[in-house]
Amino acid sequence: MTIAGLYNYWIVILLMMTGFYVVIASGNLVKKIIGLNLFQASVFILYISLGKIADGHAPILQAGISNYSNPLPHVLILTAIVVGVATTSLGLALVVRIREAYDTVEEDEIHDQDESM
Amino acid sequence: MLIEVVNVVILALLAVTALAAVRLNDLFAVTMMFGIYSLLATIMFVVLDAIDVAFTEAAVGVGISTVLMLGTIGLVGRRARKVSHRPILPLIVVIITGAALVYGTLDMPRFTDPTAPVHQHLGPYFLNESPDQIGIPNVVTSILASYRGYDTLGELAVIFTAGIGVLGLLGLRRRKRPGHEGGAR
Repeated sequence: MTIAGLYNYWIVILLMMTGFYVVIASGNLVKKIIGLNLFQASVFILYISLGKIADGHAPILQAGISNYSNPLPHVLILTAIVVGVATTSLGLALVVRIREAYDTVEEDEIHDQDESM
Repeated sequence: MLIEVVNVVILALLAVTALAAVRLNDLFAVTMMFGIYSLLATIMFVVLDAIDVAFTEAAVGVGISTVLMLGTIGLVGRRARKVSHRPILPLIVVIITGAALVYGTLDMPRFTDPTAPVHQHLGPYFLNESPDQIGIPNVVTSILASYRGYDTLGELAVIFTAGIGVLGLLGLRRRKRPGHEGGAR
């Protein structure tokens, strides 16, 4: 029962670490931001997993149903999704601006240009 | 039982998609992988009873994020250079972090356990009190707009700030002068 009970969390950790790996290992700034988004989406899945109750229903009240999943994580993640898009758009705008200034979005080339100035 | 099976299958697909996104160097393909990943996450949210989150993720995560990324790729080019050095250090960091997190999950309440501490205090309170205090059937909406209204207000402040930031970076266009700032061109 332990494996089945923790399977969700472990896969989510694998997904998080995949996103984390993309962020720190890839040199392309756009790919870094996509990695950050992968990380973010997996955190959402973790929170929603925590809110699920066995045989629960979606938290929209109806007569005759008494077993609802926890609505609080859903609310937190709704907020987080929208904030996530705001930060993503700001990050991508920074990438476009960096591309204008340096003519590249590869991290090491930007670094070389800074060194050679 | 069906839900458990769907759960396992979708999580496996998510893992495959994420690993594919790591290996690809064409940014367009990586973006499409991210879109698929978000769509699978949306299915996951429906399975886990979070239909409001699924709506938002389908519109915002799959839609707007992907469009923003495609727009950026259109401006900066779709080829990512292959990483030339062996990524040993990032791999070690990631594995250690992942191991620490897995160790942390061992104490966590099991998936779908109704006696978990998180289901004992605020969740039941909202579910029981919302019909009388707010009076709409969707508890998620009543928490979002009423019990945690300040939270949502803060969210709007964040979006507004991000909008100003993007405008400042890109929108209020100063004309490109040849050889300005750093002379990179």
